[in-house]
Amino acid sequence: MSLCAQSISLELGGKPVITQLDIQLDPAKIVTISGPNGAGKSSLLRVLTGEWTPSSGNVSMDSVQIENCSIRKIAQSLAVMPQHSSLNFAFSCEEVVELGRTPHATGTKIDREIAHSALESVDGDQLAKRLYTELSGGEKQRVQLARVLAQIWQPEPGQSRYLLLDEPTASFDLAHQRLTLDVLRRLASEGVGILVVMHDLNLAAQLADTMVLMKQGRIMTTGQAEHVMQASLIREVFDVDVSIVKHPRHGRPSALL
Amino acid sequence: MLIASRKLSPTTLITMLVVLLPAALLVALLTGPIFISPFDLFEIYFRPTESGNIQEQMILSSIRLPRLLLGCFIGISLSICGAAMQGLFRNPLADPSLIGVTSGASAGASCVIVLGGVWLEQAAFGLPLVAFGASVGGLIAVVIVYRIATSATGTSVATMLLAGIAISAVAGALNNLFSYFADNDMLRRISLWQMGSLDGANWQRVTIAAIVALTLIVVLPRLSVALNALLLGESEARHLGIDVERLKRMLIILTAIGVGSSVALAGVIAFIGLVVPHIVRLLIGPDHRYVIPASALAGAILLVLADSLARIIVAPAELPTGILTALLGAPVFFSLLAQQRSLRSGAV
Repeated sequence: MSLCAQSISLELGGKPVITQLDIQLDPAKIVTISGPNGAGKSSLLRVLTGEWTPSSGNVSMDSVQIENCSIRKIAQSLAVMPQHSSLNFAFSCEEVVELGRTPHATGTKIDREIAHSALESVDGDQLAKRLYTELSGGEKQRVQLARVLAQIWQPEPGQSRYLLLDEPTASFDLAHQRLTLDVLRRLASEGVGILVVMHDLNLAAQLADTMVLMKQGRIMTTGQAEHVMQASLIREVFDVDVSIVKHPRHGRPSALL
Repeated sequence: MLIASRKLSPTTLITMLVVLLPAALLVALLTGPIFISPFDLFEIYFRPTESGNIQEQMILSSIRLPRLLLGCFIGISLSICGAAMQGLFRNPLADPSLIGVTSGASAGASCVIVLGGVWLEQAAFGLPLVAFGASVGGLIAVVIVYRIATSATGTSVATMLLAGIAISAVAGALNNLFSYFADNDMLRRISLWQMGSLDGANWQRVTIAAIVALTLIVVLPRLSVALNALLLGESEARHLGIDVERLKRMLIILTAIGVGSSVALAGVIAFIGLVVPHIVRLLIGPDHRYVIPASALAGAILLVLADSLARIIVAPAELPTGILTALLGAPVFFSLLAQQRSLRSGAV
């Protein structure tokens, strides 16, 4: 049981975006992907979800090739939170979160309850009746997070659950960054496999079971935070000098500019 | 519970419209250059000879009834195609004519009016030649737009929008070209046709319009959950388990049929496809499960009422219906927009 990409390569318009890349996402684990802009992180997400077909290599979910799964079946176990959302119709927030239940046939009543709990879990219960189009960027992002949480709130029988997020904390204030980390941790403890694209190395180091650093479509290094967060590796990937210190509370490595 | 800025719950609006539609149909049946009393309706229609109302019975059964039914079905088709297009383009201001059907059909009709000559009054498949020309023109336009926008990676909605604009420009130019070579009589026909009118109503046209409208009513609501997901964005909809390519293809085909046939049967009736779904959304929110049926009902009501007015306002002559749909719909639209703005500024 895992979401697995084996030696995938992707070319867009003749230019290589991902080259010979292997990655595996196991249930109950959190993998973070960081890297400079244009490293191919978002493209990797699209390949992993089956939205784009790799030029070579293959992607499988729970040992089934992803192109052989129906779109609906994938959606029942795999939720994706995009970096930007383009919704400009005046749905209320609870309606947006209920859209997350689209692939399931659990009935309106259960869907409502799940949407409500999902909104609550991202500190959004007071947003429920407000119009999505009138929210601030951070509030919208929280509602979108609730939507993908609702999508994989409970497992379909015999299916595992995966959550892929592209920069989920980008527009969050500190309290909601903290909240997001806690929510993702709790989901992982329930058995959800989580892959997060994250620019903030320190948040990533705090969250990840496995950190991945990407550059130019390749994985430069991967492993536990202590292994990845080294000044020399970060210099190689991001081309900046940092000092690594231990976080005074939880002891995870942090990079200081 | 109702969302603060929404005026009505979906069930309230739909119930109101369900009551209003028969009322509007009745008004349309009774009004015209000759007014018929609602109390005599049964007598006239079912016992014309006994009550000495053969002329009135003729007016009802071969003029007013087909005409109001044609208006009803075309109103349904135009407004739910509008709802579908606004969903597809994820833009509440999208119009069914964006994919080029309307302008293509206009050019087709003008072409037939100018070049048709002595065959103009001939019929093909139960339709006058002009309507036939319009269908062909609309079809060609959609096929070109769809071809341009579709590549190996799927159909690009943005490209389709641009291609629609381009094809509309080409069709508009053709239209002008035909108008330039037209004589006075042809010019009048072309411009009247472009204002849209239900005056050519007969039972053949009603049958065609009914088949199209009923097809749309049966098929589109099944796509409403997918349309809701599509509003989040194409890849988001895919991640929610929607086959987006298939959905887009179905929406384009259905809209082409709905709008193309409406334009062929009654000319260009502006405004309904744009404004009716928009008004409905302002009242009850964007959920397609309610927007589609409510738009169908409201579109039918608006077109039937507009057409009744068109028949009496300058009686015994009549105005093109398209003029009145705009005149009736626009004030409602303006007032809703103004209310929405004041509500927003009040909230901030």
